Amino acid sequence: MNYISNFLFLIALVIAVWFFANNVGQIRKNINLGRDLERTDRKKDRLNNMLRVAFGQSKMQARPVAGILHFIVYVSFLIINIEVLEIVIDGLFGTHRFFAEFLGSAYEGVISFFEILAVLTIITVVVFWWRRNVKKIDRFHKPEMQGWPFKDANTILYVEVILMTALLNMNAVEANMDGAQHSFLISSMISPMWSSLSESSLHITERVFWWVHILGILSFLNYLPFSKHFHIILAFPNTYFTNLEAKGKFANNAAVTKEVAMMMDPNADPFAASSPEDQVPVERFGAKDANDLSWVNLLNAYTCTECGRCTSECPANMTGKLLSPRKIMMDTRDRIDEIGKNILANGEFKDDGKSLLGDFISKEELWACTSCNACVQACPIDIDPLNIIMQLRNFATMEESSAPAELNAMMTNVENNGAPWPFSQMDRANWINE
Amino acid sequence: MTNFIVPTLAQMNAEGKSPEVLFWVGCAGSFDDRAKKITKAMAKILNHTGVSFAVLGTEEGCTGDPAKRAGNEFLFQMQAMMNIQVLNAYEVKHIVTTCPHCFNTLKNEYPELGGNYKVEHHSQFLNGLMKDGRLKIEGGQFRGKKITFHDPCYLGRANGEYEAPRELLAKLDVELKEMRRCKQNGLCCGAGGAQMFKDAEPGTAEINHIRADEALATGTEIVVSGCPFCNTMLTDGVKNREKEDTVQVLDLAEMIALAEDL
Repeated sequence: MNYISNFLFLIALVIAVWFFANNVGQIRKNINLGRDLERTDRKKDRLNNMLRVAFGQSKMQARPVAGILHFIVYVSFLIINIEVLEIVIDGLFGTHRFFAEFLGSAYEGVISFFEILAVLTIITVVVFWWRRNVKKIDRFHKPEMQGWPFKDANTILYVEVILMTALLNMNAVEANMDGAQHSFLISSMISPMWSSLSESSLHITERVFWWVHILGILSFLNYLPFSKHFHIILAFPNTYFTNLEAKGKFANNAAVTKEVAMMMDPNADPFAASSPEDQVPVERFGAKDANDLSWVNLLNAYTCTECGRCTSECPANMTGKLLSPRKIMMDTRDRIDEIGKNILANGEFKDDGKSLLGDFISKEELWACTSCNACVQACPIDIDPLNIIMQLRNFATMEESSAPAELNAMMTNVENNGAPWPFSQMDRANWINE
Repeated sequence: MTNFIVPTLAQMNAEGKSPEVLFWVGCAGSFDDRAKKITKAMAKILNHTGVSFAVLGTEEGCTGDPAKRAGNEFLFQMQAMMNIQVLNAYEVKHIVTTCPHCFNTLKNEYPELGGNYKVEHHSQFLNGLMKDGRLKIEGGQFRGKKITFHDPCYLGRANGEYEAPRELLAKLDVELKEMRRCKQNGLCCGAGGAQMFKDAEPGTAEINHIRADEALATGTEIVVSGCPFCNTMLTDGVKNREKEDTVQVLDLAEMIALAEDL
């Protein structure tokens, strides 16, 4: 009898891990559809940033209420996972409370502490639910949050309550059994709820909660790759591969540098045939579609948990314009996901007549950005929507010449007289004598 | 008549001299009537401290910042290469500018293209002079006045400089009232990213009006910034709220020049 449950557990575990690994592998493939970008230098600074921002949650605390609440759930998640390890061992080897004999008398204290965290998590999740559904905090109700993203957010909260409730009740039921060896702080308080059950019912109920808890965890694990909740994993690599340069420094396009240098070189022969090693395939300037972006942009997109801090700090968004930095990230993720599925189905990308710029992100959104970096500063896990906006602008301006007319006029002035306004370069020093 | 002396680098070079620092005036500082006052205030301060400086004059051209932010990398790099050729020909080592956009571009985006200089925003440069004892600032007419400081995005978030302007203001014995959103969380004036040169997209409000409201909510008498574009936007915002008779919008350089009766 016992072996059957061990075997069932093993099958559930293998299937869950296999599916998860597959889906993570697909996301990895999708991220690698992005352009190359060197982000492996300064390893010590990167590690430091990851420890501070992801592990230490330093940027979360910019908003203390959400910051502290999130910290509670985060700490519970990290610590309660130790108990999941015990459950997996018990499930595989048919042991019961495998860690108890190693920890001895400390075991009850440890599990009691886990139970306190479980209760704190339930309370916190209820507050989160209230903020989202009752208080209706503005950033959770922007247009891009309609439909699936909003359901996704609530689903995560419900699952967390189910998991924590199952854990507590499993312990509470066991406390009623004959010869119960352990008593834990919270479950001993709620155990009278189950005291009317017969001994055999207690055994069955305890197993039901055990299975609900572990199958819930395995299902949740497989929900992650389809959900904004995937940030619990990707926040770590995302903060590691962050931009360590000044936020105001926008990358210079190397292909353009080469052309400009040639134009300015008086000895360059404009008619000379380029050498074979120069015959690289022509890349488009800037980004039109999601796979024109860098892999870091795509990692950013899969990391986004749609909290909307970026959007609530965006000057364009707060003045009622269409631009929402969070939507930029969600659109990028949805589009690269679509491209990934297209490749999976057709062996290679089959033109679907769509692109990130135009079908997902409109020009109106693109040109509303003031490049103020408020979104980048606001993101608790170092996502950079501005970088994507600038690459889309590069494409719109250099490949399509579709910049707003006033900007074209400004650029004509810069080109002709070295200033964004139509003043003569010769008048530049007139202020000295005025 | 002017009461300051501003040599060009060409003049100094002809005399076989080289200045301690190049004052990069920028397009707004050269052509915009309001921004020219900031440029002149800066020139007066430099004269007053005896710092040897020069400007490029007609040899200066747009850094390319608005082109780059508008997506035109090609035009940006053309401008950058032309400026770098001029700057390198004069062997410029140290640049100070009153425009955070020029500051950011010269400091961060020119080095890869061959332009390596020590670049400072005027708040940083003047703060350095103050700490070296070369610039002595006393409160003068601003003692006890309520002021607020608007962090320009390209000085603050873009380059992490929040303290230099505040240290200078502290020397003026003003009462600094911070806005609700300041430093890392400062709200943009609405001009960055080439927005200065186009109309805003359809919306429900103007960014500079919201920012003016935040400044006015502090009960400030003077809104101080360190950027010619922020200055324009905030001046418009204050006017829109019909407070231009009681609330001034000034640049850091103007504050110091006025305090010292320059």
